Amino acid sequence: MYSVAVDNTTALLGLLGTGASHGYDLKNSYDRWFGMKKPLAFGQVYSTLTRLSRNGWAEMVGEEAGSGPDRKRYGITSAGRGRVQEWMFTPEVPSETLQSNLFAKTIIALLLGDPAGRVLDLQRAQHTAQMRELTREKKGAALETVLTCDYALFHIEADLRWIDLTVSRLSQLRAAVAG
Amino acid sequence: MSEAKVMGSPSLSAAGGSVPLLRARGLRLSFGFTEALRGIHVDVHAGEVMAITGPSGSGKSTLLHVLAGVLVPDHGTVEYKQVRLTALDEAGRSRLRLGEFGFVFQYGQLLPDLSAVDNVTIPLLLAGTKRREALRRAEVWLERLGVAEHSGKLPAQLSGGQAQRVAVARALATEPAVLFADEPTGSLDSLAAENVMLALTEAARATGTTVVLITHDPRTAAYADRELIVRDGQITFGGPTG
Repeated sequence: MYSVAVDNTTALLGLLGTGASHGYDLKNSYDRWFGMKKPLAFGQVYSTLTRLSRNGWAEMVGEEAGSGPDRKRYGITSAGRGRVQEWMFTPEVPSETLQSNLFAKTIIALLLGDPAGRVLDLQRAQHTAQMRELTREKKGAALETVLTCDYALFHIEADLRWIDLTVSRLSQLRAAVAG
Repeated sequence: MSEAKVMGSPSLSAAGGSVPLLRARGLRLSFGFTEALRGIHVDVHAGEVMAITGPSGSGKSTLLHVLAGVLVPDHGTVEYKQVRLTALDEAGRSRLRLGEFGFVFQYGQLLPDLSAVDNVTIPLLLAGTKRREALRRAEVWLERLGVAEHSGKLPAQLSGGQAQRVAVARALATEPAVLFADEPTGSLDSLAAENVMLALTEAARATGTTVVLITHDPRTAAYADRELIVRDGQITFGGPTG
């Protein structure tokens, strides 16, 4: 079973890339796309924004009268936009947590108007490279090694099927994101 | 109008240096209102096994047929050993395919009334090899593909995997420079597919044959050295930039 393991720090930063926002709105946006099973706690959103600001990836762009953390509006910096790009176009190492993070990258790319198909193609290439490696490893190997490689190959293939199906549904997903 | 209709058949010369063995640029081809290829660039280097993957209807089989000179593109060029394949007439392309290219398809397309070994001799006999020598070479290729024990059987007596290996032996028997394989494992179960791909790639690498492999199956593509992804008639990953 795949576990949910979105890189929520960078995903939040990516959401911030769609426009300056209060923590409350950011949390709602995150929960809509990635928090189906595990919504973000408010506290986590504010601590993440503080950390992103410290790293120079986000900055406070406005503060309204009153008290409390949600009076602050945050925006993404150009360094932050660069960080999101780097994250989005760096394929994940195939693993059990891959799908959630790849989904997050795809959604963020669509929200930001970046090439989501390229995100998926880069990941596909990473997967197929690993499949080639495993296939080479099988050649002339002992049966137990062959079977172990087969197990990994079929799991990677399952990821690939998801990637291919998501590519086929990108137009639909783009419309959903825009709506 | 295609260039094949206006130019003759220049002689072939060996590829040199890092010049690709096959080089396609700006390929476009439509069937009616359907654009099968939409500006594709491909380089295939001598000795490599290259997989072209993509979903059904993506244009990958059309691309293989254009690279192999079976189809002529509406626009764009294909060069083989630096000779413009798209400038050859039908007879010239046919000679080129017979002399330089081998083909394997999803269903081996063996002649049903001929034994395995006789099937393998066909392209050799067509190329002018004497029957005795053709039989000897056919047996060698069946051995290399691991199906020598089935040489006397008719295709109907072979399993799908065995028939495909005979088809690969037939395609490689004339020692083509390029083997075009269109979904060679498409009709096989996992183990038979693995045996076919192992036999095909080992034989191709041993003889330095370049392979252009079309497949929708990632496990089959994993036998290749590299992969191009085709979607909606365009290369979306792995192709040259222009």
